Amino acid sequence: MDVFLQLTISGLSNGMIYALVGVGFVIIYKASDVINFAQGEFLLLGAYFAFAFIVQFGLPWSLGVLAAMAMALVVGLLVERLVLRPLIGEPVISMIMVTIGLSSVLRGVINAVWGPRPRAFPEFIPSTRVTILGATVGLDRLITIGIAGLLLIILTLFFRYTKDGIAMRAIADDQQAALSMGISIKRVLAVAWGMASMSAAVGGIMIANLVGVSHDIISVGIRVFPVVILGGLDSIPGAIVGGAVIGLLEAYTGGYVGHGLNTIVPFLVLLAVLMVRPYGLFGKEIIERV
Amino acid sequence: MDSGVFFSSYRADMALRNRPLEKVRMALFVALVLIFPFFASSYWLNLANTIAIYTVGALGLNILVGYTGQISLGQGGFMAVGAYSAGLLTLRLGLPFWASLLAASLLTAAVGLVFGLPSLRLKGLYLAVATLAAQEIVGWVVTHWTALTGGTEALVLPSPTLFGLRMNGDFRFYWIAVGIAAAAALFTANLFRSRVGRAFVAIRDQDIAASAIGVNVFQYKLLAFATSSFLVGLSGAMIAHYRLIVTWERFTFETSILFLAMIIIGGLGSVSGSFFGATFMVLLPAMITTLGRSLQGTAPQVAALLPSVQQGAFGVVIILFLVLEPEGLAKLWRNVKDYFHVWPFSY
Repeated sequence: MDVFLQLTISGLSNGMIYALVGVGFVIIYKASDVINFAQGEFLLLGAYFAFAFIVQFGLPWSLGVLAAMAMALVVGLLVERLVLRPLIGEPVISMIMVTIGLSSVLRGVINAVWGPRPRAFPEFIPSTRVTILGATVGLDRLITIGIAGLLLIILTLFFRYTKDGIAMRAIADDQQAALSMGISIKRVLAVAWGMASMSAAVGGIMIANLVGVSHDIISVGIRVFPVVILGGLDSIPGAIVGGAVIGLLEAYTGGYVGHGLNTIVPFLVLLAVLMVRPYGLFGKEIIERV
Repeated sequence: MDSGVFFSSYRADMALRNRPLEKVRMALFVALVLIFPFFASSYWLNLANTIAIYTVGALGLNILVGYTGQISLGQGGFMAVGAYSAGLLTLRLGLPFWASLLAASLLTAAVGLVFGLPSLRLKGLYLAVATLAAQEIVGWVVTHWTALTGGTEALVLPSPTLFGLRMNGDFRFYWIAVGIAAAAALFTANLFRSRVGRAFVAIRDQDIAASAIGVNVFQYKLLAFATSSFLVGLSGAMIAHYRLIVTWERFTFETSILFLAMIIIGGLGSVSGSFFGATFMVLLPAMITTLGRSLQGTAPQVAALLPSVQQGAFGVVIILFLVLEPEGLAKLWRNVKDYFHVWPFSY
């Protein structure tokens, strides 16, 4: 029973991080129909920004994290302006390839600045062991779940109640109608990329806090695909549920089955979802078929 | 003097090469390819062989992505199937070189067919993500089915023999690689003069219209997956027999991206584009590495940065092509040709 609880908590903490990254993904997809293959690099970049501010410049961790988020926002806005905007209206493959090209550029830049060596991350969330219901878990895992959950709530509220959030939903719903109501698509796109980059940075910092800063963080960007496909590419609650489900599934298969099966279980789920219900659990049923 | 390209018969319209200048250029290119290995050093031969092998893979991917419009991110996985089955058939069953190439390609075609099944229901982004899953699953099978593939250990192959001749070394393998690449290019060029190829293009341009004019969309999509995977598997099998060592690291998601970059930079839906793209993507890192060696003495700090520069340059090139010339090198080359062809009456 305590093993089960341990797996549940570690799966849920990973899952919440996936959800946070997945929401960034969904925001971009809703606003511009682009799948962002550079999400993993955004995670790593956020983690390295925090590393730079806290360790290399010696800022206190709270300021460091804020500064890292601000930098991530700037990067997101720059990327949208320089790379994505010229490609509005191009075919899907161009959009996919441009984010792949972007991921390569970011990786090159990260390598040039910080080198390929993994770095230890300053521990600002304590990893002391606590015992709940007979299971011993790291406090950092619990706090991760808490922070990610809080951020997800803030993001959901943002979409529901702020002007930019409503504009974004309008654009996702019907681009032409939104334009005719005076919504600026450029502004919405910029906000979307800025927010996606920031939420990825927070996710990256939380992963780095759990496992340190290394290029392995990038692989989380790929693992987000099953999450968003399961939840529905255009659904924010879907990304949250999908993240939790995939995180738990990984933890349980890793704990009970082994053989490295936990690395591909998400992709098996993904294939199954695509075959049976391509729009995911909460997505809009507008997928085209032939 | 022409002011454009005009045809007065279907025969001329269908010909692969019809202007005299095109024939001369082709003859010059063939002559260059034939005399190249007698003058080139083994470094350049190695690059040429790699280009030839990658051209086959890029042609395969281009059939699927460029001509049929089905985005695939699983190229690396399919190449792994080709390479591992060629290696295992040679090692375990003792199949001769040519037979293992053929069998590996057929096997990859079959695997491609299976992973093409989601294309029944999925389009665009969704299909791309499904092929990404194929890549991850093939990777997992190869690294975890230890009894068959040896897991993460490398497979070591004997050097290939053809008609009793050992085809080891860069010079001898050059003829095989270039021969297969030429055959693959000719096959692809001809495929798109046939009903099957035109059906592929029709599906890419408008699938509903294609099915309305009597193209069985699902059947032809699967055929496109199989044809494409055949060439991709062939390319993987050639890598196995050329490098004589098969390891998992050669066929990751990065490989899928490398090949997509090739056909984007070369030109989607273009045979010559596949060749240009493969050439570009092989020469770019080679040139950057050479530059790094020459800088080693004078500016070691710059040389140390080169791996990052290489990675960054790869991405920058992709982005620049997508933003500035989405039709790739093939379009640039066509512009140059057209400029001289219609000179001075261009309009």
